[in-house]
Amino acid sequence: MSARDAILNKVRASLGAGNGPRAKVVRERLDGAPRGLIPERGQLPDAARIDLFAAQAEKVHATTERLASYADLPAAVTAYLRSKNLSASIRMGDDPRLNGADWSMQAALEIRRGPSDGNDETGLSHAFGAVAETGTLVLHSGAENPTTVNFLPEHHLVIVDAKDVAGDLETVLARVRETFGKGQMPRTLNMITGPSRSGDIEQKMLLGAHGPRALHIMVVGS
Amino acid sequence: MQIRSPEFKANSVKALSDAQLQKALGNVRAGFIDKRKKAVDALPEFDALRENGKAIKDHTLANLDLYLENYEAQVKAAGGHVHWAETAEDARRIILDLCASRGVKTVTKGKSMISEEIALNDALEAAGVRPVETDLGEYIIQLRGEHPSHIIAPAVHLNKEQIEADFRRVHTHLPADRELVEHEKLLTEARAVLREQYFKADLGITGANFLVAETGSSIIVTNEGNGDLTQILPRIHVVVASIEKVVPTLEDAAQILRLLARSATGQDMSVYTTISTGGRREGDPDGPDEYHVVLLDNGRSSMLGTEFQEMLRCIRCGACMNHCPVYHAVGGHAYGWVYPGPMGAVLTPSLIGVDKGGHLPNASTFCGRCESVCPMKIPLPKMMRHWREREFERGLNPAAARYGLKAWAFFARRPSLYRFFASLGIPVLSAAGGAKHRFSWLPFAGGWTKYRELPAPEGRTFLQQWAQREAKKQEPVR
Repeated sequence: MSARDAILNKVRASLGAGNGPRAKVVRERLDGAPRGLIPERGQLPDAARIDLFAAQAEKVHATTERLASYADLPAAVTAYLRSKNLSASIRMGDDPRLNGADWSMQAALEIRRGPSDGNDETGLSHAFGAVAETGTLVLHSGAENPTTVNFLPEHHLVIVDAKDVAGDLETVLARVRETFGKGQMPRTLNMITGPSRSGDIEQKMLLGAHGPRALHIMVVGS
Repeated sequence: MQIRSPEFKANSVKALSDAQLQKALGNVRAGFIDKRKKAVDALPEFDALRENGKAIKDHTLANLDLYLENYEAQVKAAGGHVHWAETAEDARRIILDLCASRGVKTVTKGKSMISEEIALNDALEAAGVRPVETDLGEYIIQLRGEHPSHIIAPAVHLNKEQIEADFRRVHTHLPADRELVEHEKLLTEARAVLREQYFKADLGITGANFLVAETGSSIIVTNEGNGDLTQILPRIHVVVASIEKVVPTLEDAAQILRLLARSATGQDMSVYTTISTGGRREGDPDGPDEYHVVLLDNGRSSMLGTEFQEMLRCIRCGACMNHCPVYHAVGGHAYGWVYPGPMGAVLTPSLIGVDKGGHLPNASTFCGRCESVCPMKIPLPKMMRHWREREFERGLNPAAARYGLKAWAFFARRPSLYRFFASLGIPVLSAAGGAKHRFSWLPFAGGWTKYRELPAPEGRTFLQQWAQREAKKQEPVR
């Protein structure tokens, strides 16, 4: 008997499980994916929702900024780099929304395309969505926003469209399901809540453990 | 790792007199409890979420076979591989075979308690594969040749001076006169050293906080981002997880995520929650080519259908040990195996046998704090009592304790005899207690009186006092 069958048989024997209605109940749960309890703070109306998102992200040491449109993006990126005294260079993928901005206005800014090899100081990504309840960004893998950009640079700049800021995680997960298909997922779905941190030395909280030391979020539109 | 749980008593004595350890344990008492309380108080729905979390796990466990089958099918559909392991040895062999067939020399590892449970690092080293722990706490204890003393804060038993000494001993490629006193300096050094390792590794191993049956995904939760670098940079990603980690859907995981970080570190959400499904897709510029899951049973299937089934709801947040007076006093290493604290006191005898782990469920005051903070409402004290019963049934506790219990049981079953002897004994003991009403020595109670005095009973028995109180109530009010 294979290890698989041995384990499943042991599970069935221990549960004293006949098949009966169990298969149907399980099928319905998998198909229906019912939502549980959504805390009240995850169900705020539009403007309050974006305010909560920014407040929650700042509580976990991210910084936030509002942009009126994508046209403001290149100048905002340059201003961030300058304010932190960083080299005028960013790593980003092939996201059409990022590409759509007019980067030529920032002549001194070097744009490196593709996944990060660990030699980039600053990365720029476009988030798939965000969660106001916890101040969380949601990004998925792919050529548009490579996963390495989320983790290797010291500074991570993330753009999110205001209309994609949901109240709760469940709303973003439902959009993932809509986008990729039921039961299908991108290779990696990253939920990011603040910059990397560690409390492993005497319980003292320090930023920048293995991932970015700083996370700057730009919410575009209203 | 070598099982030292039978030496729990000796381990505890040593821990209590270890000044460094006692200083470090102060951080547990000061940090975790307040942080959790603040986060929980700030979410009015927390208790309702606990009920939901419990219901999700109970439902999943009752249908575990079906959810595991669906999970496996979905992993395969996403191009991943599932390897079933009945025992720790099976799991080690599967991983060593993967390493051998793919010419793996260096393995980076995200934090995984299952990896500790199957003693993976020793097996890798014996096979000539170099394991590199990347969680800062795990990295530190790997340098020291130790094991985690806490399931989410593996190096919580250490002070920064000890860590500095280890870094100076091991990182000999760095200048000897470098500044290394500050916490930040230690972190920066570890970050730089480990960065190189991520790129050198051929294979990355992570654990899983959840496996999602709906999508065939594994979910890891970290604050450092080490688990992510471990799984996106090497060619191969291997997930080691036990069978009870499965939940039905993404929504179910989302529900329990609201409990996990708050209970563990007092965060609303950990920094990085990552859902991984299969290997690199067409057009992906990064990520591993291969994705494997090693699904471990190692005794869990036998816990189903028993009084220990509820333990399988555990999400490994560590809240029980953070609130445990026994853990606070002796730390995690005294427990002698992988899982310390109240959850370890219940789980360890299930996994290694009550003959070896029997001391652990006895090391409890039954104060009940563990159960009161457990996000999954696991009745830990009740289950420790079940272990004590089994230990007694199998005649594993010492003769003196057994005779004592038997003698007590004889009288407890005969209430009139019990009351008669109690009414005789109490005045005698009360008088013998002297003016202090305390004993500094008693026959057969040296284990207690060696460290502290025993209060002498005073006045009359409980039942006598009760009868008196009731009689008073009956008196007419004047």
